[in-house]
Amino acid sequence: MRRLTTTLLLGLCLGLVSGGLAAAEHAPAPPPPAEPLPPQVSGPLTGGTADHTKFEVLQQPFADGPAVTEACLSCHTEAGQHFMKNIHWTWEYVNRDTGQLLGKRHLINNFCTNARGNEGMCAQCHAGYGWKDESFDFTDETNIDCLVCHDNTGTYYKTPNSGGHPACAVMFEDLPPLDLTYVARNVGLPRRANCGKCHFNGGGGDNVKHGDLSTALIDPPRELDVHMDKDGLNFACTACHLTKRHLWAGSRYDVIAKDTEGTGKPGERRDVATCESCHGLSPHPVNSVANFKLNDHIASIACQTCHIPEFARGGVATMVEWDWRTAGKTRDGEGYHEHGYIQGNGEDRYVYKSIKGNFTYGEDLVPEYAWFDGQMRYTTIHTRFDLDAQPIEINSFTGSRHDLDSRIWPFKRMRTWMPVDEGNGTLVYAHLWGEDEAAYWGGYDMGVAIEKGMKDFGLDYSGDYGYAETISWWPITHMVAPKEQALACRDCHAADGRLDGLGDIYLPGRDHSRWLDNVGLLAVLATLITILGHALIRRFTNRGDSHDGHA
Amino acid sequence: MATREVLIFGRFERFWHWGQMVLIVLLMFTGFGLHGFHNLLDFRVAVTLHTFSAFALLILWLFSVFWLFTTETWRHFLPTGRGLWRVLRFYSYGIFKGERHPYRKAYWRKHNPLQALAYLMLKIVLFPLIWITGIAYLLYFLWRGFPFSSEILEWIALIHTGAAFAILVFALIHIYMLTTGHSFWEHVRPMVTGFDKVELTPEEEAYLEKDQPAMIR
Repeated sequence: MRRLTTTLLLGLCLGLVSGGLAAAEHAPAPPPPAEPLPPQVSGPLTGGTADHTKFEVLQQPFADGPAVTEACLSCHTEAGQHFMKNIHWTWEYVNRDTGQLLGKRHLINNFCTNARGNEGMCAQCHAGYGWKDESFDFTDETNIDCLVCHDNTGTYYKTPNSGGHPACAVMFEDLPPLDLTYVARNVGLPRRANCGKCHFNGGGGDNVKHGDLSTALIDPPRELDVHMDKDGLNFACTACHLTKRHLWAGSRYDVIAKDTEGTGKPGERRDVATCESCHGLSPHPVNSVANFKLNDHIASIACQTCHIPEFARGGVATMVEWDWRTAGKTRDGEGYHEHGYIQGNGEDRYVYKSIKGNFTYGEDLVPEYAWFDGQMRYTTIHTRFDLDAQPIEINSFTGSRHDLDSRIWPFKRMRTWMPVDEGNGTLVYAHLWGEDEAAYWGGYDMGVAIEKGMKDFGLDYSGDYGYAETISWWPITHMVAPKEQALACRDCHAADGRLDGLGDIYLPGRDHSRWLDNVGLLAVLATLITILGHALIRRFTNRGDSHDGHA
Repeated sequence: MATREVLIFGRFERFWHWGQMVLIVLLMFTGFGLHGFHNLLDFRVAVTLHTFSAFALLILWLFSVFWLFTTETWRHFLPTGRGLWRVLRFYSYGIFKGERHPYRKAYWRKHNPLQALAYLMLKIVLFPLIWITGIAYLLYFLWRGFPFSSEILEWIALIHTGAAFAILVFALIHIYMLTTGHSFWEHVRPMVTGFDKVELTPEEEAYLEKDQPAMIR
C-alpha cells in the first residue's frame, strides 16, 4: 500500500514534468489553445509511475522543514496554492448558514480551551511550520508542512513552535534526531497514523476529545472498525474523507446529517464522507421484512446510531469530564500530575494535572441520542450568555422529526467546568502557553492568564473570572462496528431503551398511551371477572342442562 | 319436526375460521409483544411474524369476502332485532335457571341474533379498524414525509392497539360461550366436522335428503 501510494504521487509528478519536456522538444510548439480545455472526468488513479526515493531533488540533506516543502513544490507546483485554502492551514471556517466565524483560530472548546494566543503549543497540529503568534505568514507556501501528513516512515514528529515555560519544556526533551531526507524520500498518501497524529490526540491526549478517534484506530481489528480493519478493508481516513486539491470531504463544521443522494450515478465519485455515498439509500439487503423496515429507518436514523453501539472502544478511554477548578495546585511550588485511571489497553491515564485540573474518563460508552440537522451553533468568544443558565453549551444544535433534514444521531457529551468572564458572561481566552510568568502553564495564576489572554486580542474583560459548567457535543461517526454488533431493535424499541425520552416520534415498544393501555387492560380484566362471575353463578344455580346456545 | 345432523359450516368456512383463529392468536401474541407487554420474542422475529400473519389474514379475508358474497352466505350475518332480547335475557338470567336456549338454529340461519350482531360488528367495525390502521402503519414509509405524519402515526397506533384490546375481549367472550352448553366439545365440534344438530321441518328434511344428500346425515 505504501509503495502504491508513493508511486501514485510520483506518477502525478512525472506526468507534469514529462508533459513539459515533450512540449519543449517538438519545436515549433503548436499555438496554445485559446481557452483551456474543459476538464473531463477520469477514473480513480491507478498504477505507480514514480518512486520518490529516486527523485534528484530529494537526494540532499535538508536543513529544515521548509526546505523539504520547497523540494516538494518543485514538482507539485500547484499543491501549495491548493493547500493554503484548506482548514488544516487556515484554521478558520465561515459557516455558510449561520455566518459564524469558526475554526481553531477562533473557537474555544471545553478541553484545553483556546488555541488563540497559545499557538506556540497548540499549532503543533497546524499543518505548517512556525506559527507561534500573530506574525505567522499564511501566504508563504514554504511554511506548509507536507511531511506531517505524507510521512510514511512513522519517524516524523513536531515540537512546539515556541519554548513555553521552562516547567513545560521538559516534555519535549530527549527526542530522537529527525532525518528529513529519509522522511522526504519516503512520502506517500496519508496513513491513519498521519491523520491520527493530531486527530487521535485532540484535546491534549489520546482520544481525549472525540471519543471515536483514538490511537486504537492506527491498526484496528475488525471489531473496532469494520472499514479500517487492518486485516480487512484497511481503509485510510481518505477512503471516506475524499480529497480533491487538498480539500477534504466531511467536517464537523459542515455535517450532512441526512444524505438523500446516495451513491450518485454509476461510477460517480461524490465528494462527501457520508455512509450513503458508498452504501446507497437502501443499505440493508431487501431479503426480509425486517430489513425492508431497516431501510425505512434510514430516513430518521443516522447509520451511526445503530452501527456504532459504543464509542471509546478498543482499549483507549475518552475524557467525559474535565474540572479546571482544581487546576493550579502545586507541590513545593512545582506543578505535578497524578495517575489513576487504567484503561482497557493497560495504559495508566492522568486523572489530575496542575496545568489542567481533574479528568474523568470513560470507555465503551453509550452515546447520547438526539435529532440533529447537521447545523452546530457555537458559543464563541463574542457570545454573551446567562451564567445562571448552566450548563452552557459550547456548541448546540437543532433538529427535529419535522424538518426532514434531521436524523437521530449519536453524540459524545463533554462536561467541563472551565474559566469564564463572570462580569460579562462570556468565555475567555486564557494565556496558557508562553515563556512569561503570565502563562498559566508555569505561572498557575488563572486571573493573570485571562487578563493577558484577553488583552492580547483587545477583548473586553471585566476582570472578574470564575468557573462555569459547560457542555459540548461531538457527533459520533467513527469506530463503526461489524454488522453483527449493530444495535438490535429492542435496544430502542423498549420502555427504558436507548431512545428513552427522545421526542417527536411514536416508537412502538417504547411509547404507550397509559390511558389506552389502562382502559384496555381494565376491559380485559372486567371481561374475565364477568366470565368468572357468570360461570360461578351458573355452577351454583344451573341444575338442568338444556342449554343449546351458540358460541 | 326432526332434529338431524346438518352441514352448517362448509369446508372453506371451517378453514377460514381456524385459519383466522391461528392468525389472530399469532397477531395478538406478537402485537402485544411489540407493544411492550411481554418480551418473549425477539423484536425482529415479532415484527416479521406480525407482518406475515397480517398479510396472510388479509388474503384470507379477501377470499372470505368473495365467498360470503358469491355464496350468498353474507345473509347469515344480517342483523335482526327479532329474538335478540330473548337471547340477551337468556344469557343474563335464564341460563342460571336452567332454561333452554331460546334460539332454534336453522340451516339457513346458523347464528342466533346476538351472535349475528356480534360477528357483524367484528367484521364491519373492529376488523376494519385494525386492518386499515395496520396497513397504514405498514405503508408508513410512503407517507412519512407528509406534514404531521408522526402525530398521525401515533393516532393510528392508538386505534390499532385499542382495536386489538377490543378483539381480545371478543375472543375471551367467544371462548367462554363455548362452555355454556353440555360440553366445550359439543360447541366446537360443528366447526370441526361442519355438522350440527338442527331442527328441520319435514319439507326441509325431504329437500336436503333428496337434493343435498351430502349435507345431512
